[in-house]
Amino acid sequence: MYDMKALYEAKSVSHACELLIEHPQSQVIAGGSDVLVQMREGKRAGKELVSIYMLDELRGVTLDEDQNIRIGSLTSFSHITHDDIIQKYIPVLGEAVDMVGGPQIRNIGTIGGNTCNGVTSADSASTLFAWDAVVELTGPEGVRRIPISEFYIKAGKVDLRPGEIQTAILIPEKAYKGYFGHYTKYAMRNAMDIATLGCSVNVKLSTDKQTIEDARIAYGVAGPIPMRTKTAEAFVKGKKISKELMKEFGEKVLEDVTPRDSWRASKAFRCHIGEVMAERGLEKAVKRAGGEI
Amino acid sequence: MSEKQYKLLTCTINGKKTETMVDVRASLTDLLRNDYRLTSVKKGCEVGECGACTVLIDGEAYNSCIYLAVWAEGKRITTTEGLLGPNGELSDIQQAFVDEAAVQCGFCSPGFIMTALEILDSGVEYSDAELRKLLSGHLCRCTGYENIFKAVKKTMYKRLGKEWKDC
Repeated sequence: MYDMKALYEAKSVSHACELLIEHPQSQVIAGGSDVLVQMREGKRAGKELVSIYMLDELRGVTLDEDQNIRIGSLTSFSHITHDDIIQKYIPVLGEAVDMVGGPQIRNIGTIGGNTCNGVTSADSASTLFAWDAVVELTGPEGVRRIPISEFYIKAGKVDLRPGEIQTAILIPEKAYKGYFGHYTKYAMRNAMDIATLGCSVNVKLSTDKQTIEDARIAYGVAGPIPMRTKTAEAFVKGKKISKELMKEFGEKVLEDVTPRDSWRASKAFRCHIGEVMAERGLEKAVKRAGGEI
Repeated sequence: MSEKQYKLLTCTINGKKTETMVDVRASLTDLLRNDYRLTSVKKGCEVGECGACTVLIDGEAYNSCIYLAVWAEGKRITTTEGLLGPNGELSDIQQAFVDEAAVQCGFCSPGFIMTALEILDSGVEYSDAELRKLLSGHLCRCTGYENIFKAVKKTMYKRLGKEWKDC
């Protein structure tokens, strides 16, 4: 038995919003792989929960009329990995979420929960930052869409207003068309572990595959919230592909990242692997895009 | 909790349609063990790390300890009890666990078998590395995993109609 005060089950998105307004102290539960564990640990014991888990309309990946990829917030990690649209257009997101926890966690964990949690180590978050994802929030006043970089406010805090739930994550066509990516998770174990550092890189090459037209790189655990390293991005833009360029790209990353010392890894170690991950990640992304180094 | 909150839950457990008045605070593990005496569903860590409570829900493997019982509404739940034949015969994967000595204390076995079933039912031929990754959501403190891995691999080949060479 879980130590919860009450459970309110939402029958629809608008019902979920009503329940959240009616019970302002309540917390949203999606797949529960964080909420229930924290309830068991005592951190969230005695709370009221609004369950949105049964809202099947929030599941699935689709392409909208403008070719934007729409991922319902309750889509599980394993469904994202196996989804045809994801595999065709942004396989790197499927690969990134395939590194979360273990197989059973990937069947229950949702991309909405992963982002609404507000933790920097979320395996989906850095890739979503790197692909300029847009977060769709539905509340009593309607729907609003914001860039994921604005959704994260500080560690554990995201821009969810009273009565609001996250209903989808969108990847705009202009953000993925022609881009190829790579995600690296550095952790102590291959399963059931939290990233020491996560790094997602993607590139768009010129038609002759010689020059980097655009590059985006984002980190998890390099700061209190997931972040882009814009200095490195600006540095490689328009440059000719070379081994040295990859190395310099890695060095430039250090101008923006702000990891901390924690019991899992020191700041110095995180900076070191951050540099190497950027260099290798860019290399792999360029190769995936058809470029040669 | 000030007053208890119950809900009528309808779901299919091991092929039988069931109706249960369930406490909303219950996990699916609680429901299966306490109301249906399906004690193959083990309580290990109870935080989704050890995999001992794994069951299939509509064919996918879930840690039932971090799954609310009320979420099972309308779903098909399978535990190892549901794998037995009409006269208590073991299923192929269970027999493989016996044959490969993949069991010592047995606490992790039901969970492992349910995850193995999701893997086998996919009908895909996985590489060793993929199989190890797919089995990584379970802890076993006795066997060192090797025999469990062999049992799953052997059954996978058998179902695909291929010859299995000892790995």
